[in-house]
Amino acid sequence: MSGNDGQRFDRLPETDSERDLDGRATREEVVGWWIDRFGLDPETFDGHSFWEKGAGKIWAFADELQSPADVEGLGMTFLRTRQEHWKPTTDAVQRFGREATRNVIVLDDDEAVRFLRGDDQELEWDGDWGYLIAAHEIAGDVEPIGVGLYLYGELRSQMPKGRQRER
Amino acid sequence: MDPLSRYEPLLDDPAAFRAACERPLPSVVRVNRIKATPERVRRAFDERDVGYEAVEWHDGLFRLDDDVSPGNTWPYVHGWVYGQEEVSAVPALAVAPEPGERVYDACAAPGSKTTQLAALMEDRGLLVGNDNNLGRLSALRANAERCGVTNLVVTRQDGRNFSLKPFGGERFDRALADVPCSCEGTVRKNPDALEDWSLEHIGAIADTQRAILDRAISITREGGTVVYSTCTFAPEENEAIVQHALEEHDCRLVEFDLELEHLPGLAEWNGDTYSESMRRAKRIYPHHNDTGGFFCAKLEVGA
Repeated sequence: MSGNDGQRFDRLPETDSERDLDGRATREEVVGWWIDRFGLDPETFDGHSFWEKGAGKIWAFADELQSPADVEGLGMTFLRTRQEHWKPTTDAVQRFGREATRNVIVLDDDEAVRFLRGDDQELEWDGDWGYLIAAHEIAGDVEPIGVGLYLYGELRSQMPKGRQRER
Repeated sequence: MDPLSRYEPLLDDPAAFRAACERPLPSVVRVNRIKATPERVRRAFDERDVGYEAVEWHDGLFRLDDDVSPGNTWPYVHGWVYGQEEVSAVPALAVAPEPGERVYDACAAPGSKTTQLAALMEDRGLLVGNDNNLGRLSALRANAERCGVTNLVVTRQDGRNFSLKPFGGERFDRALADVPCSCEGTVRKNPDALEDWSLEHIGAIADTQRAILDRAISITREGGTVVYSTCTFAPEENEAIVQHALEEHDCRLVEFDLELEHLPGLAEWNGDTYSESMRRAKRIYPHHNDTGGFFCAKLEVGA
């Protein structure tokens, strides 16, 4: 067993049988979570490698590199693990969420503006509770804005402070 | 002294040059093709009554009306556009990377040219974005993530002696050395740009520029491409640096297409003469296309 080093990137093991570190997610689990949660094509992430830096923060990278990697950034932050409910990142939802076929809540103009401001709002939603893709219609198609947490009839905006906008 | 007066003898219309340097710069955005097309960005702007005009020489650039704050538009929120000066879009086009290649950006932060390289690579292959300043690196990471870039490795090394160790020692197919400079060409964006101007400062920064370009050439494979660019007019930071590279390395200047009006690189300056091939480099002045000022040279390694 090697320890988790928060200052470098370690490649995720492919599957449970290759797992060398207690608590580290596997590639299979991480990709499986995204595909199941949002109904994506199973091949969506075939070209990406997956890495952990810090406790539970998973990064998606479009190429290969020797592990461990001593660099400042590797692709894009993708998913937060090592907590009860895994949480996708805003950037990953914007990048990969356009093809999602479930757990997408489409907001109208006013709702989208409130969401972007970082506000919570009461909304009707028949689907799963938990982390959803909040999206809206723009220029002829539905486009993801970010991550919403749906609980008890309320959509809680998870827009990071730096990405929030007053409009 | 008045730094810009040095360049008046080089110019067709010095008065127009002067006048342009005193006008503010239009606000321009580049479409990020990882996430959107120019058509979709147009449609989004039209839906929300955001005023813009197309830029003739590049279908992915839009000049926004003066009252538009790009960061507050939906296309910006979605990472469809990046605020980037027109001339700053030139070097990545000269690098012309292909999807799947290995590409090095020596001075990457805050990321306008890096994200443009990633889009040209269709977010595939290896793109290394290096910078030595931690604060600027966090801006680079945030900008790349907003643009949906997943093929970028961010490193914090000194570009003068960049190590290939994290990359298995393998050299790059292409490199961009868009180096720190005296920024004379950004005077329209930042009227204070010339306040600390001095020949001594230019001499010091030229040492750094030479070393960054030297290293970029050394870590690019034979037959590979290295592009050198600055946002300044000073030949000491432009032609003189490229001349040094031609003398020290097995490399040569090559032509590249640019539909913006421009002048060729200089063959001489203040008694120094440069290679005849320096005319393949390009000088862009503010009055030619109503942009900032820029210098760009494209080199082929070991050819």
